[in-house]
Amino acid sequence: MSEPEQKTERASWTMRDFLSPREPIPASLYIALGVGSFAVLLALWAALTYSRLIDPLFLPTPGRVLQAGLDLFVEFDFTTDILNSTYRVMLGFLFAAILGVPIGLLMGTFKAAEALIEPIMGFIRYMPASAFIPLFILWLGIGDVEKVAIIFVGSFFQLVLMVAVVAKNVHKDMLETAYTLGARPVQVIRKVLLPASLPGILDTLRIIVGWAWTYIVVAELVASSSGIGYMIISAQRMLRTASIIFGILTIGMLGLITDYGFKWLHRKLFPWVE
Amino acid sequence: MNEPAKLHIQGISKAYRGDGHEVVAIDGIDLGIRNREFATILGPSGCGKSTLLRIVAGLAKPTQGSVRLDGRTISGPGRDRGMVFQSYTLFPWLTVQQNIQFGLQLGGVSRPEQDKIAQQFVHRVGLRGFEHAYPKALSGGMKQRVAIARALANNPDVLLLDEPFGALDAQTRALMQELLTQVWEEFHKTILFVTHDVEEAIFLSDRVFVMTARPGRIKAEIDVPLERPRSYELKSSETFLRLKQQALDLIREEAIKATQYKDTD
Repeated sequence: MSEPEQKTERASWTMRDFLSPREPIPASLYIALGVGSFAVLLALWAALTYSRLIDPLFLPTPGRVLQAGLDLFVEFDFTTDILNSTYRVMLGFLFAAILGVPIGLLMGTFKAAEALIEPIMGFIRYMPASAFIPLFILWLGIGDVEKVAIIFVGSFFQLVLMVAVVAKNVHKDMLETAYTLGARPVQVIRKVLLPASLPGILDTLRIIVGWAWTYIVVAELVASSSGIGYMIISAQRMLRTASIIFGILTIGMLGLITDYGFKWLHRKLFPWVE
Repeated sequence: MNEPAKLHIQGISKAYRGDGHEVVAIDGIDLGIRNREFATILGPSGCGKSTLLRIVAGLAKPTQGSVRLDGRTISGPGRDRGMVFQSYTLFPWLTVQQNIQFGLQLGGVSRPEQDKIAQQFVHRVGLRGFEHAYPKALSGGMKQRVAIARALANNPDVLLLDEPFGALDAQTRALMQELLTQVWEEFHKTILFVTHDVEEAIFLSDRVFVMTARPGRIKAEIDVPLERPRSYELKSSETFLRLKQQALDLIREEAIKATQYKDTD
């Protein structure tokens, strides 16, 4: 979408630069393209709404949404909602990671563990986390525990399977080399399998936390009294479309921040990755 | 010739169960590798030569037969048999020096001693200045030099090399062969080398064992009485060319058989 814009801006770049698969492009261009895609989306939105092509009840203007956002922070204590949601997401995600990473590693390392765990994980993974909400309300009430449990269910089973794949993909030659250098099985796991899996595990966590952010809204839409999801469902009752959109955008922003945090961590922790 | 073999490969066979029928990879191989000998197994692709090496390394179990090193029967992998693979098996999260020290650290060698040995091998394989580089910064040839240094630093009784230069370009490959002969002439380890490259086999070895196409058997044994130290000029000498021709004739027959085998596979 942003490519035509870039071409007019930087005439010195030939088409070849863009069309070579996986070839690097200048860092400045990379950033410009990223910002550009946001800008185009925003421009499209502005054009459609300020021209009144779309009824503001269905899609308010960017200015209205921004105003609604300010009102949310000033009058409706939106900061607390954000903190509540973040807390639930992080807690559910943390539990899923603390339990899921070791189980996934076991599964990817030992065939017996794989045989034991994989079928059940593959089975539960396809059960939609949102369908557990009525059950969890029955079992756990309508407080934070229930919300965290939804996040956990949504993240944990996927995480285990993905971490198992990461561990399985560690090249066998590398493990065998360690054996011929005198390593015992425990040492092969600790000194080869684990460090070799870490970058892949961090990548998995980054993807999973993104999903956790999407589950939080579902969890907070039902039987809730705080959080971004709760704000969205309240706004719907009042037909405050601008607040709904601001809530969605907030979650998008939080997700983006988390994503960049993980990417930054990846670069800091694993400078050796090719 | 009455010297007892250092590495004794006795009646080794290996069969796989694949697709319902049994595939015999190697069939009744007997070999005796002498102490401090550079022995090479030369064979067409798919003849099971790598399987044989993996059995010696203890990474695969033979269906029949046994391997003995200094009289002891091999039952699994161990630090007495260092191995260099064709694929790049450096640990990417460790620097060049840390890679070379990996085995020493497992063996409980003291830190200063580790550093000393690693430094020695870094220099020996010509990687001075790259001690603290990660493998991602190295070329393919450099990576294999580290892999050889890592295996040698661990001071194994036997060094096993499975087509270590197979993934390198021709020029790098020739340089690596020279480096390996020099290193071998200096450390004089017993080496079992596996390759499908005739010239490489003759240039490096004291003895070359030619294998048949699948199922792999030993077809012939070629003594290489070329003087040492060896350098690349040797490759155009008359004796070298004669030995190369002899090996080429033997391997060509097998390569043809191997292609026919693959077609019916």
